[in-house]
Amino acid sequence: MSCIETIQAYALRSIGLGERLLPRGDYTLCEHFTLIGSGMIWNVYFAVMALLLGFFFANVLALGKAAQSAWLRKPSEWFIFLFRGSPLFIQFFFAYFLFLRLKSVSPMFDGLTAAGLGALIVLFLNTAAYSAEIFYGALRSIPKGDVEAADAYGITGFRRFRRIIWPTMLRLAWPAYTNEAIFLFHATTLVFFSAFPVHQQKGDSLYYASYFADKTFNPFVPYPILAMYFILFTLVIVWLFGMVNKRLNRHLPQAQRPRVRYRPNLLR
Amino acid sequence: MKKLILATSALALTAGFAAADVVRMGTEGAYAPWNFVNDKGEIDGFERELGDELCKRAELECEWVKNDWDSIIPNLVSGNYDTIIAGMSITDERDEVIDFTQPYTPPDPSAYVAMDPDVDLENAVIAAQAATIQAAFIAEQGWTLVEFATPEETVAAVRNGEADAVLADKSYLDTVVGTDGLVMLERTEAIGGGVGMGLRESDGELRAKFDAAIQSMKDDGSLNELIAKWEVSSQW
Amino acid sequence: MFSYCTDPSTLEGLTWLSCYLTTGKHLSFYASFVTVLVLLAITAPTALLFGFGGATAARSRIAPLRWFGKGYTAIVRGVPDIAFFLFFVIALDQAFEYLRHKVKCPDWEEPIRQGNDFIVCQAAKLPLSTAPQWVHETYGFLLAVLTFAIVFGAFAANVLYGAMNAVPHAQMETAEAYGMSHRQAFWRIMVPQMWVYALPGLSNLWMVLIKATPLLFLLGVEDIVYWARELGGTVNPRFTDYPHGDWRLYYFTFLLIFYLGFTRVSEIVLERLMKKLTHGQATTGGEAQRKAAA
Repeated sequence: MSCIETIQAYALRSIGLGERLLPRGDYTLCEHFTLIGSGMIWNVYFAVMALLLGFFFANVLALGKAAQSAWLRKPSEWFIFLFRGSPLFIQFFFAYFLFLRLKSVSPMFDGLTAAGLGALIVLFLNTAAYSAEIFYGALRSIPKGDVEAADAYGITGFRRFRRIIWPTMLRLAWPAYTNEAIFLFHATTLVFFSAFPVHQQKGDSLYYASYFADKTFNPFVPYPILAMYFILFTLVIVWLFGMVNKRLNRHLPQAQRPRVRYRPNLLR
Repeated sequence: MKKLILATSALALTAGFAAADVVRMGTEGAYAPWNFVNDKGEIDGFERELGDELCKRAELECEWVKNDWDSIIPNLVSGNYDTIIAGMSITDERDEVIDFTQPYTPPDPSAYVAMDPDVDLENAVIAAQAATIQAAFIAEQGWTLVEFATPEETVAAVRNGEADAVLADKSYLDTVVGTDGLVMLERTEAIGGGVGMGLRESDGELRAKFDAAIQSMKDDGSLNELIAKWEVSSQW
Repeated sequence: MFSYCTDPSTLEGLTWLSCYLTTGKHLSFYASFVTVLVLLAITAPTALLFGFGGATAARSRIAPLRWFGKGYTAIVRGVPDIAFFLFFVIALDQAFEYLRHKVKCPDWEEPIRQGNDFIVCQAAKLPLSTAPQWVHETYGFLLAVLTFAIVFGAFAANVLYGAMNAVPHAQMETAEAYGMSHRQAFWRIMVPQMWVYALPGLSNLWMVLIKATPLLFLLGVEDIVYWARELGGTVNPRFTDYPHGDWRLYYFTFLLIFYLGFTRVSEIVLERLMKKLTHGQATTGGEAQRKAAA
């Protein structure tokens, strides 16, 4: 099979399209690159969906943790502590166990034991907790003057939150949030590795990398290829978040604009 | 001249080392009855007893090492231990990378375990441990395959209804049949060869020693006794 | 362990449990907690050292050293730690043996790579194949420490790099105005002051390090999650005196409590440390402390 044919056959293998059987016999570099790359579809799916959904929930949690009322504050604090204080590995285990139980209660929960939904929920809750802590930290360091100025202009209530507090919080939190996005992306490799079963050999990039490592008994080819893909996608994340950062800080004079530095303030 | 003497003395030195060498036996320790960790925290099972006996017969000093299944071959070729004795079937793929002794158990079929004895395999969801010959077999048949990281989880999946059946080595499934309503299907699949000890391709001498020891155990019937004791496979 | 444990099948309730929880296998489980804690205790300073080296290299005025420092942090941080652990330990081990081979057996003529095999002379083996088992285990443990330190050192380097830049520039200028050399200013002014800026990042790194320990089994160290899986799984009466069903949930709950507790204790200790470091610093925190005392 030429490389083009290999790509046609396996580029979408991880979502079940193309050749049904995985390559056998001599495993070419082209097959390595194509299949591991195909697996990246799952990693990207998990990362994008969990981040998008987690972002909104994180805002709610951060406000909850900053709230005066203990009824709002305590649950948020505990949720954040629970998810930040335990390894993702163990969270996946408990979640899978719980989903199996739910499934036996009602067929409504059938989809949960599949990685596409179940693992996504865990990653979503996990990233929400981490991001909430970042946002909470930012919320506490909003310059007093900003809020006072808003009051002086008669901007109050929800309008003050939406126009003044929230944008400032986001701007302050963005560099750390970029790191969280990168770590969440890396954490997606744990999904099939430790917790959720792989259906019809439709796995993520790590699944295919270990497939090759298992067949060729040579870990020095597939894992570095996997690493290369991740470095590439990490650069994409840094670039994308950098664009958003630019927009968040567009009102500031050129020299004062904080550049997003890939600095791990809050991580997994 | 001087260099030559040095070289010979170095050779003598290495030969001296080799005589007192400890053979390190790599196993997984998570595959009863072949090899597992017993209550005392020691490696136990069919292969533990077999390995100790083989070492005695080959007059070798042996030591047991546990290693994760996924990296068991890379660590052998890299020299972290000298043999693999972990219920490893002799396959062509593996034989290209490492060498095997003659098999110490005959090829045994793989079996299915399910909750319902009349399950229709072609339309069922079948569980297998990821990256095993069983997983490859189901994929080739075009049946619905679901892979788990450990053998324990594959059986658990059948128990809780995630999968309709599990395909694995018969000896392993024998240990779970009868609990929680699990039954073994009559159908078996003849996949995989006999189980042998894996060694580095460059370790021909050690392989010959173990080969001879296995042969002597086959000849005097002690191997069959051991197989019967641990119920790992059919006998020779 | 206890004298009444000779025949567990006759025991019930708490006596059974007391025997069950003190089997050799359980003792290994408890010992693995010590292993993990010792590993963390050694890895943290080592990673910090690597981080310091990386950060200093990244700030170096010598270009190749700077590229090395920046490359190290950028590459290692871009890769998920699992992917790194899956091949790196074997590579590291082979690299060490290769170097020893070159030094100890210069007359060796056979190739080191024979087909798939990696073969060095007997004297270059690490550890020597005649070494007792504990030496092998310690070596494996140290390799794991080194791998962890390299990965987390890259993150630490990034944090420290940021912290070094955060030390007010005027401080350095003042130091040089007083006639300190570049080296003196670095060691006497920047290094003592950078910790307060680095601590938030480093404490998060510590939390991440704690939570990376379930991956230790990939590096050949039997960690707590490995034993919890091993002990919690269903066991057949043929292979144990203490048969039971799938108890993984209980074992994992225990681990969950351990990790949460460990996190909490770390949080409290780090908070105290932060207070101490802030003392007398030109930051808002230090200012607040000064005002409170006055």
